[in-house]
Amino acid sequence: MSSLYVARNPRVAARSLDGEMMIMSGRDSTLFTLNKTATILWQAADGATPLEHIVQQKICREFEVEPGEALRDAETLARDLASHGILQISEDPIVPGDSK
Amino acid sequence: MSGLLEQMTEKALARNIPLSVQLDLTYRCNERCVHCYLDHEDHGEMTTAEIKHLLDEMADAGVFILTLSGGEIFLRKDFFEILEHARLERQFCVKLKTNAIMIREREAAKIRDIGVESIQISMYSHRPEVHDAITLVPGSLRRSLDAARFLKSQGLRVIFANVLMVQNQRDYQGVRALAEELGVESTLDPTITPMMDGDRSVLSLGVDQESLRQVFRDRALVGDVDEFCTIAAPADENALSALPCSAGHTACYVSPYGEVFPCVQFPLPTGNVRNERFLDIWRHSARMKEVRSIRLKDLTTCTSCSHVGSCTRCPGLAFMEGNIRGPSSQDCEKSFARTGIPSANMLAKKRGPANLIQIHIAPANSATQPSGAIA
Repeated sequence: MSSLYVARNPRVAARSLDGEMMIMSGRDSTLFTLNKTATILWQAADGATPLEHIVQQKICREFEVEPGEALRDAETLARDLASHGILQISEDPIVPGDSK
Repeated sequence: MSGLLEQMTEKALARNIPLSVQLDLTYRCNERCVHCYLDHEDHGEMTTAEIKHLLDEMADAGVFILTLSGGEIFLRKDFFEILEHARLERQFCVKLKTNAIMIREREAAKIRDIGVESIQISMYSHRPEVHDAITLVPGSLRRSLDAARFLKSQGLRVIFANVLMVQNQRDYQGVRALAEELGVESTLDPTITPMMDGDRSVLSLGVDQESLRQVFRDRALVGDVDEFCTIAAPADENALSALPCSAGHTACYVSPYGEVFPCVQFPLPTGNVRNERFLDIWRHSARMKEVRSIRLKDLTTCTSCSHVGSCTRCPGLAFMEGNIRGPSSQDCEKSFARTGIPSANMLAKKRGPANLIQIHIAPANSATQPSGAIA
């Protein structure tokens, strides 16, 4: 089981605009929009649910993809979002308010 | 506007979503700026619970950019509670407008921890004798500058907002230099807003044509002067179908008393969140719908003006002049200063008094003649 945990970075601003997630980075005010997969990941990123569970419960059900491949893609996506300060990632559960 | 924000704004417009709201938390203030349009008495501000409930409603309605302003926002004892709710509970992109004189190291660090997009600080001059004479608070420039440094040291985005008026018209370059020295941004606005009660005497603080003309030819402010001051091509059908501005379309304003207006500078009441849901006012108010229905081609006078395609006409200022579809004289003055071509409104005004004089001096037996006729 993947031990990766993901949490929404509390420093960003976020709003769903007709199903499309708008995110403004708290680091440099850059605006992002998330695609459907990234939006699902963002909404499920509570810091307590392992990424593997999110992939199995949310992404595989939505897109009918093979779990192993979906997990690899989700990890890549999570690290990309983390590099922009949108998500926090950790190998341990992330405590709310523990802003990095 | 960035490409992505422009796309999101278009999407919000198509789906009637209020993407951006300015919420004034109070009209109370610890400065008494000579050009201010507000009544600083508290006539029953929304409570903390009311504001939090409103923020929840606005988030559910799709509001993304939330500007918290006043009055002076830091006069509310619950300011940080409201800011935390807006940011940490409802994830708004928050911008603050303040004079900043109550911000010290502790407040700056707290703002950094909560996270805001920017803090806009009123800055009228680089000289205390000018700035403090406008705010009527001795020492206010020093305190605002200290705050700017505290905020900047926390890595926050700070913007100096300067209003150009007679008192400080020679100082805007000094403010800009000060901003550069501190590593912050700066804006300059020559617009003076009439008082909320309709009193327009404050407009006398606005700068004259010659000063405006010089400002519009300052390369550091406008970039390419020739391009900025060029006369726009005649507006085609597409241009005339354009929206006058975002007021009532993707943006609105809420007062400390819960009243909803199309914009902070557009005092047309459309409802009160103490009586109705925010989204119901936004979607169903007859006045909001009327504002939303107006296109450039519907404007009286302006449609025939050579500036119609490039004018910065403010619908709220036009409303305050008496006609929601009429011209905004301050913007006519700006177009004239920019291009040297008088607006249709300015030409009409010149003709107007002449006609009245002709009527006034006409003999009694000429009363049946058309009003524009020469006696």
